[in-house]
Amino acid sequence: MAMQQVLIVGGTSAIGEQVARRLAVRGAMLYLTGRDGGRLASIADDLRVRGAARVAPEGLDLTHGPALAGLVSRAAQALVGLDTVLFAAGLLPDQARVNKDANLLRETLAVNATGAMVVLNEAAAYFEQQGHGQIVAIGSVAGDRGRATNYAYGAAKGALEIFMSGLRQRLQGRGVQVLLVKPGFVDTPMTADFAKGPLWASPERVTKDIVRAMERGRSVIYTPWFWRWIMLIIRHLPERLFVRLRF
Amino acid sequence: MNRHESWGRYPQATPALVTRLTDRRAPLPPSDHPRLVYGNGRSYGDVCLNDGGEVLLARGLDRFIAFGAATGVLRAEAGVLLSEVLDLAVPRGWFLAVTPGTRFVTLGGAVANDVHGKNHHRAGTFGCHVRALELVRSDGSRRECSPTQSPDWFAATIGGLGLTGLIAWVEIQLSRIPGPWLHAESRRFSALAEFFPLSEAADRRDEFTVAWVDCAARGANLGRGILLKGSFAPVAAGRGTPPKAHGRLSVPVTPPFSLINRLTLDAFNALYYRKPEDAGLTHYAPFFYPLDGIGHWNRIYGPKGFLQYQCVLPPAVAEPALRELLARIARSGEGSFLAVLKRFGGRVSPGLLSFPRPGVTIALDFPFKGQATLRLLDTLDAVVAAAGGALYPAKDARMGPAMFRRSFPALERFMTFVDRGFSSGFWRRATL
Repeated sequence: MAMQQVLIVGGTSAIGEQVARRLAVRGAMLYLTGRDGGRLASIADDLRVRGAARVAPEGLDLTHGPALAGLVSRAAQALVGLDTVLFAAGLLPDQARVNKDANLLRETLAVNATGAMVVLNEAAAYFEQQGHGQIVAIGSVAGDRGRATNYAYGAAKGALEIFMSGLRQRLQGRGVQVLLVKPGFVDTPMTADFAKGPLWASPERVTKDIVRAMERGRSVIYTPWFWRWIMLIIRHLPERLFVRLRF
Repeated sequence: MNRHESWGRYPQATPALVTRLTDRRAPLPPSDHPRLVYGNGRSYGDVCLNDGGEVLLARGLDRFIAFGAATGVLRAEAGVLLSEVLDLAVPRGWFLAVTPGTRFVTLGGAVANDVHGKNHHRAGTFGCHVRALELVRSDGSRRECSPTQSPDWFAATIGGLGLTGLIAWVEIQLSRIPGPWLHAESRRFSALAEFFPLSEAADRRDEFTVAWVDCAARGANLGRGILLKGSFAPVAAGRGTPPKAHGRLSVPVTPPFSLINRLTLDAFNALYYRKPEDAGLTHYAPFFYPLDGIGHWNRIYGPKGFLQYQCVLPPAVAEPALRELLARIARSGEGSFLAVLKRFGGRVSPGLLSFPRPGVTIALDFPFKGQATLRLLDTLDAVVAAAGGALYPAKDARMGPAMFRRSFPALERFMTFVDRGFSSGFWRRATL
């Protein structure tokens, strides 16, 4: 897999930035988007020092629908071609706040689901025509089953998973890889307020798994690996039992 | 809130508030608590601890800003580790102009403690190679400092124990190397008197020198040890890859008691001294960072942790004062696993509170055994004070205000630069 001309949506997210670093060291060209233009500029400088052949940042707010139109072609134009699109943006609000604020619920879906789908559908069309490429999205174990503490986020990630599954089937035999990454608990600024335990992983660890899965052209991965087994059990718990659990 | 540890794991501290820094351009978050920046926690005592205060975690400031592949000038955020600098610099033919004995410290920590290394006799301290830095103060002001721009703030911040404000970024001058390999040589010396001429000769010829001393030896053997010296070697000399085992070992858990006791200590010291003299090529990692190859090596001291003790003794009295220190340690039976001896050179650091100065420095570590250990270190203080020497705050967990004042004549002047919103466990203890 080439990974030499890469669009990363959510370049200021911990996972997006770490993946960008790994690709920069290999001399890749990167088109990064992020909501915070100042931090995006700092990250772009860093990636240039690390060896990226080109870094083009674009300030982008995923909740602003019109801005998403044509993003993939803007990236392809800036990098003179495109072989990979990674959607790594994420918004994880406190569910209790979402329950009182309908706008926050809309925003959660706009960033994690709608925004992702709009961008990745454009990527699918671009790669389908090109005859090769890779589409990668960061899902979540939260998308495997709705829990009281994060079901807005979980619903968005679950929708993204179904969307990715559909993309994969659509692009079967067209030379386009479609990878959904489902991280467990990752110690990032997004989860700064959570109490950490032994199940937590560093973004570096998760990133290593992501890049390996991209190289191998995988379809769905859990990272770290043990989440696959945890979620296998959780997904198969009978609803009657599941609703009584508190975690 | 979680406990915070320094590398010595003594004392332990519980901050009231922990905040992650991720954006170097952002102002400091407002706070009612005295705050302190925590880098990677590799200083030994409490200069990086802030019991009851706010701790600002700096590891999230880990971006490079600019690098001149032709000039060796690197500007990076203060939370970047020296290991990350080396990963970038070494393949491009550059190395840190000064490196301490671990590469797992942040740039900000290296500046705040004005760290030194095996080439102090030539290159001085880390601060001698800092070209500029940016200071972010509690009052919202930002100040770019260099030897020519706000030089007084620059001098206060080099070795300033993180008390002059947040260091947002640092610009350093790297030094050219032919490759990652060094020619290294070890030589035994059978008594302290032999160390001085041997290391003087080595300092004239070699870029890097350091000695290990057998702290368990007494009488005629007092001060025996091994001198290690080395210089970067031409690239053609290096063959193969660095040993695979490096970095794989780790102490996975803290044993319930210290594994360092009289028995293991005497055995280790006696065996180590008999290690054959050796010369040859070595990769930079095992040469500069032998202990980095063992993750969490600090755990071998058990749950109570350990104390480091590093002093510098003026040249004229270094030999008798060292002899007295070693005699007191040997008599106490406390011994030290890793006693490191090094002659400092004459290159002066810009830092007001910089520790290195001409003379001889010795670094020792002691498993913490309560009052007995603290009493021993007090008796060592007496020797250092009488010799006109100084103690190193980055390694300290117990010195009193008198010893601190004695060690740093510029302390009064330094105090005028301290950010009123900042403090540390060390600072509250040593400036009572």
